Amino acid sequence: MISMQNVKKSFGSNHVLRGLDLEIPKGTSMVIIGGSGTGKSVALKTVLGLITPDSGTILVDGKPADSGDRDKFLARFGMLFQGGALFDSLTVWQNVAFRLLRGSLKRPVDEAREIAIEKLRRVGLKPDVADRFPAELSGGMQKRVGLARAIAAEPEIIFFDEPTTGLDPIMSGVINDLIREIVVEMGATAMTITHDMSSVRAIADNVAMLHDGVIQWSGPVADMDASGDPYLDQFIHGRAEGPIEAVR
Amino acid sequence: MNPLSLLARLGRAVLVALAAVGRVTLFAVDTFSHMLRPPYYPRELAQAFLQVGWLSLPVVGLTAIFTGAALALQIYAGGARFNAEAVVPQIVAIGMVRELGPVLVGLMIAARVTSSIAAEIATMKVTEQIDALVTLSTHPMKYLVAPRVLAALITVPLLVGIGDIIGIAGGYVVATQNLGFNPAAYLKNTVDFLELRDVVSSLVKGCAFGGIAALMGCYYGMQSGRGAQGVGRATKSSVEAAAVLILAANFVLTGVFFSL
Repeated sequence: MISMQNVKKSFGSNHVLRGLDLEIPKGTSMVIIGGSGTGKSVALKTVLGLITPDSGTILVDGKPADSGDRDKFLARFGMLFQGGALFDSLTVWQNVAFRLLRGSLKRPVDEAREIAIEKLRRVGLKPDVADRFPAELSGGMQKRVGLARAIAAEPEIIFFDEPTTGLDPIMSGVINDLIREIVVEMGATAMTITHDMSSVRAIADNVAMLHDGVIQWSGPVADMDASGDPYLDQFIHGRAEGPIEAVR
Repeated sequence: MNPLSLLARLGRAVLVALAAVGRVTLFAVDTFSHMLRPPYYPRELAQAFLQVGWLSLPVVGLTAIFTGAALALQIYAGGARFNAEAVVPQIVAIGMVRELGPVLVGLMIAARVTSSIAAEIATMKVTEQIDALVTLSTHPMKYLVAPRVLAALITVPLLVGIGDIIGIAGGYVVATQNLGFNPAAYLKNTVDFLELRDVVSSLVKGCAFGGIAALMGCYYGMQSGRGAQGVGRATKSSVEAAAVLILAANFVLTGVFFSL
């Protein structure tokens, strides 16, 4: 389980997180929604230690996220970045097998390549993609490679940062379905941040809406439409009028 | 202007400069500590050797040969004013080995390697590849910075040595083909005049300049701001800082080696 308690983070005078409280039960898929610049990515990166919070507590399975062996801690996570964040200088299979080629999870090269090709197949990519470089792939293919890399070491917890941004609706649907299938199949705990409502409905067990640095509403995805929360209603229906200022 | 506000401005500027020196020093210490501790990344180190060393050879060679050739012409023309044309081999050798070889190679490395390291790492930063490395349990200082700096520390002295030889060869060709020097006498004068201290100073300077060039590229790359402007600023600042620090280090090292 991931637990964030009263997490605060400011960048200069910009108070991004003002006391974030969030619980993600083990084996569930939590989607965090909210407008651009509301701190969704910051929240996600504080769990991984990519950003250090100013105050508050982050626990993963009851243990503080910033204590213990960092490599062991990170080995439990997989992450799909918004732009893919694939390494340009490495081929697709080397990107996917990155973790399996070095460090504590190191395997022989042939075995790592085999696993990489299997993971590529799992996300719908043919083996001939394996020896290409990321720059030779379309945006949708890069996202799939990023997804394959995120699941290559079979992590217990997977983070998805804006998984469908920049993709056409059909490719978005494909990525959403893949994420849902993989999370269910692996029994992983998932945390996704997005403002794409089709992703929310496809991926989420639970939804949390981040607004003004705190969780404005959270609950099961089935309750989202009848929440009665004016902020959430405005967001999910994409209305310009409402308590959330359209121009921020 | 109020003298107190002038003093305050000066104080702020000094504090900013000292803070920058402190950050770079901490970055350098961190880099060296990562170089010494496992895990090591031999593939990245081999690539860095290729990029910093092997692929810099053409530009270093061309720079050195033209500099050596021009130096021979200048010394001959200048020496002719007081009947000292004969000193061409000695001055070309000492000029190339003590000063021009290390400094020009250092500046070429700053232009070629520092800029490329800074742009590459800065781009990786703005496209979240550095964050991706961290989530894949790989320390960016170990994976990106340590191999590049180590490769520069080892290959730039070699490049300087090669540059020195090519520069002297450039002078030799001009002197023997255009200025009427005897080839055997030219070589003998060159070898006889050079001291071990000259060669050691050249290689030590190469090592220092290589370290400075790679460190500045990595430092500014890792400190890069967002977007294309951030990458551009990181690249520009890294080359400026590397060039100035190389020239300053050259002055200090020349003092250390030759004013004793």
